[in-house]
Amino acid sequence: MWEYTNKVQQHFLHPKNVGEIENPDGTGDVGSLACGDALKLTFKLDDKGVIADARFKTFGCASAIASSSVLTEMIIGMSLDEAAKVTNEDIANRLGGLPKEKMHCSVMGREALEAAIANYRGLKIPMAEGEVVCECFGVTDLEVIRAITESSLRSVEEITNFTKAGGGCGKCIDRLREILVATVHQGVDIKAVAEKPKRMTTLQKIKKIEEALEREIRPGLRKDGGDIELVDVDGDFVTVSLRGACTSCAKSQTTLKEYVEKKLRELVLDSLIVEESK
Amino acid sequence: MMKPENVVYMDNNATTRVAPEVLEVMLPYLQDYYGNPSSMHRFGGQVEAAVSQARKQVATLLGADPEEIVFTSCGTESDSTAIFSALQSFPDKRHIVTTRVEHPAVKNLCEQLDTLTGHKHRVTRLTVAADGTLDLQKYEEALDDDTAIVSVMWANNETGVIFPIAEMARMARERGILFHTDAVQAVGKIPIVLKDLDVDFLSLSGHKLHGPKGVGVLYVRRGTPFVPFLVGGHQEKGRRGGTENVASIVGLGRACELAAAHMAEENSRVKGLRDKLEQGLLSSIPHAILNGHKTDRLPNTSNISFEYVEGEAILLHMDQYNICASSGSACTSGSLEPSHVLRAMGVPFTAAHGSIRYSLSIYNTEEEIDFVLEKMPPIIAGLRQMSPFWKADA
Repeated sequence: MWEYTNKVQQHFLHPKNVGEIENPDGTGDVGSLACGDALKLTFKLDDKGVIADARFKTFGCASAIASSSVLTEMIIGMSLDEAAKVTNEDIANRLGGLPKEKMHCSVMGREALEAAIANYRGLKIPMAEGEVVCECFGVTDLEVIRAITESSLRSVEEITNFTKAGGGCGKCIDRLREILVATVHQGVDIKAVAEKPKRMTTLQKIKKIEEALEREIRPGLRKDGGDIELVDVDGDFVTVSLRGACTSCAKSQTTLKEYVEKKLRELVLDSLIVEESK
Repeated sequence: MMKPENVVYMDNNATTRVAPEVLEVMLPYLQDYYGNPSSMHRFGGQVEAAVSQARKQVATLLGADPEEIVFTSCGTESDSTAIFSALQSFPDKRHIVTTRVEHPAVKNLCEQLDTLTGHKHRVTRLTVAADGTLDLQKYEEALDDDTAIVSVMWANNETGVIFPIAEMARMARERGILFHTDAVQAVGKIPIVLKDLDVDFLSLSGHKLHGPKGVGVLYVRRGTPFVPFLVGGHQEKGRRGGTENVASIVGLGRACELAAAHMAEENSRVKGLRDKLEQGLLSSIPHAILNGHKTDRLPNTSNISFEYVEGEAILLHMDQYNICASSGSACTSGSLEPSHVLRAMGVPFTAAHGSIRYSLSIYNTEEEIDFVLEKMPPIIAGLRQMSPFWKADA
């Protein structure tokens, strides 16, 4: 059973602003029956351009209904520019948090809001433009990149929790890992992310990685006069520093990918991405 | 904690209440009679006698010989033991026949066989019709010289649909192929007489028939080639190492005895309650669809889809009234896709996400059925009113 906060339960059992506004100023329709959740958001502006009323209709689980309900509560009284800045993290925080597997419900809320604003402004929904990566849930690369950046995602599993991409047949998982690596590298704000408090799972990962380095990897490198040190673990990204003979070795990149990464994937987690600290 | 007396429990295919009679016979073995059945003293020997008694009780329910009964830790262990045993007994055969609707204990094992055994295997997963039944002709075509074992569940945990195990086992036997059935849901609910059948392995689990959790059985027909899964001591005649879970085994024995005594009630009174619930829901709630064959089905199970609403939301509203059931929706499965069983049956997504499984037991009452029949229509109507796909006039 999911652990829902009281706030989620309240909004699920007694949702606010259920319904559909007649002749709305903006309509956002996201999700589908096939995907297991869908949300139709409508809003009406007053003469000052402030959201005077917002209504939702949601097909989905408790957290989808609660996310929709709290979203309408949040945006009523906001100008469109203010509303446009609401993120999925804001929605989740307002609910006192969501189980990590349910974060996609808050993302659906944000997407519906964005679609409704775009609809009012006569624009295309930006996220729908990208190339579909996950065919099971119709998720585009732009949506994935955005989730990675906005929510500082660091593993494919997190991408699935936030966007559902990769949660069906699993065929796109390699592609998601590529996007993850590319996005994290372009993303400038790695430092800010690194400062975020580590979760227990990362700690467990670090311990296991240290163990694997000590027992399996270092002995091999030391035989050739090299050594390795763990610098950081952030989600699936493992940063290491090669020492001794390795630093001047032409094959050090091959060692890193073909030996260290392979070993760590085998011994710790098969989604790890090993990189050298610079 | 929620008090059990306040709960309307209709999730008996997930697990069942331990019968008071079962608990009663277990307690002495958790308190005073802690001897090891393998020991060479009377204090242990008397415990061995209790285990033997339980073995007889299980064998009686199954129409088998006591020596064909191997105690395990759960249904999953029994399934793994049977399948790995067959693959090791016939190392040259690399083909398995199973279905698309198996419990994860068999389904996921078959999917991972290559990794687990280090060999390439061919797995034929038989499709099911829209009502969840199998096509025996396709089954026959799937059997070949390379087939090591067939593993087909006796009754489906989600829909209750019963497969024609007697006939399927006979067809396998005629070709010299071992036949395993995961009968976790069937045992205790429908009569089973293994001595009249060609079944080589059968799995059952204690907690599905009012016994304790953490104990299961693998029936191994006499003369069937066997390789143990847990290798260790000489327990279970070398067929399963590890000191016996004595109290649970004793409890399971008693549970089997009770199941035999209640079999008629299960197929009359419980079935009557199930039918009343099912007909009541289908007639009072529009766009409600029964999943699974109408008659070839366990007497206690009813799986109904409420279109245009989502299962987890339904369950949590039911939970407000202390009604316990299950759903095949994506959100409750922990994955993002709805039940593999309903998908294999081709149940449309509109219906799969909103499926609820009610599974009864002899402890359910008519008052409980009336209570659920009263509460369900407003729950579904309330959620539909919120659903963007629901058209009031539809």
